[in-house]
Amino acid sequence: MARVGGGVRQRNKSEKTEISNRLCLDMQQFHVLAVDDSFVDRKVIERLLKISSCTVTVVDSGKRALQFLGLDEEESYAESNGLKVHLIITDYSMPGMTGYELLKRIKESSMFREVPVVIMSSENILTRIARCMEEGAKEYIVKPLRLSDVKRLTEFIMTSHSMGVKGKESPKLSIPEIHNAIFVEYPCFSTECEYILPPNLHKRSSGDHSQLTLQ
Amino acid sequence: MNTRFLQQQIAQLRKSFFEQGYLDEQFIQLEELEDDDNPNFVEEVVTSYFSDSARLIRNIDQALVKRPVDFDKLDDYMHQFKGSSSSIGAKKVVDECLQFREYCAARNAEGCMKTFEMIKQEHALLRKKLEAYFQLVNSAGGI
Repeated sequence: MARVGGGVRQRNKSEKTEISNRLCLDMQQFHVLAVDDSFVDRKVIERLLKISSCTVTVVDSGKRALQFLGLDEEESYAESNGLKVHLIITDYSMPGMTGYELLKRIKESSMFREVPVVIMSSENILTRIARCMEEGAKEYIVKPLRLSDVKRLTEFIMTSHSMGVKGKESPKLSIPEIHNAIFVEYPCFSTECEYILPPNLHKRSSGDHSQLTLQ
Repeated sequence: MNTRFLQQQIAQLRKSFFEQGYLDEQFIQLEELEDDDNPNFVEEVVTSYFSDSARLIRNIDQALVKRPVDFDKLDDYMHQFKGSSSSIGAKKVVDECLQFREYCAARNAEGCMKTFEMIKQEHALLRKKLEAYFQLVNSAGGI
């Protein structure tokens, strides 16, 4: 990873507020497409995602998911409404098109292959999990889904998203930590840019929080 | 009716569901998704579950009567039924579903039929209990 200049730009209070506001906006605009053929599970996943501050679109089949994304050769509903999709979470066992088949279609598309796809299943079958991960699933979650699963998942993906990281691994941060973080600008010259959160963040001893500095 | 007494009744009734194994942790997970903007979420999900599962029960009943028995279809229906039962924390119902799927895998039609009678009983019982519970909750103006 190449670095140009080497300095850390300190941000003043108004810039920090602006970043904070932008983050809050990002979180609200974090759009998840959820796919499940079960009526009950759709209700639950929708609520879980909304409570985790996401915008949610729920569909009942892989076919409808593809329609929404515009991958079934029809015009994309999402695109035509300016709705970017940041995460796709799908049930595995669905009639017609399984979650695995949907995953494959998404990974085959140039438009959506970067969108993280999470598989949900009531069955904890190792070969199934391996297949999904091999095909590029971000994670495989065993049902029934809990709030902690969704929170962990969305926070992790949100941080990758908001920091614009394209690397393989992003640091796991809690939302409060993001708000207090200094955004260090490292111009990247490689396609793999690893974002490193400064490990030693400290506040000035005077208690003035208008400026946070890096040790 | 005295609100405090009513609330005590509600709390006791709720507690009994867990102690007697009718409901499990997943029900609590749903309760935690309720807030001021969505104060009836659990009742809504439970209502959806009972109307949806009634449909699945009809399908399974029909499939059990057909000869020869289509075990794959039965298993498929039961997978769906078990899934949504699990999503609301209907522990006793889920346990019976697991039993059913074992009989299905063993191609044991009689076992399936016997177990399905149990499932319907547990399902109906849970429905009665939860209806009574939500009636109490609503009469107390929510918890």
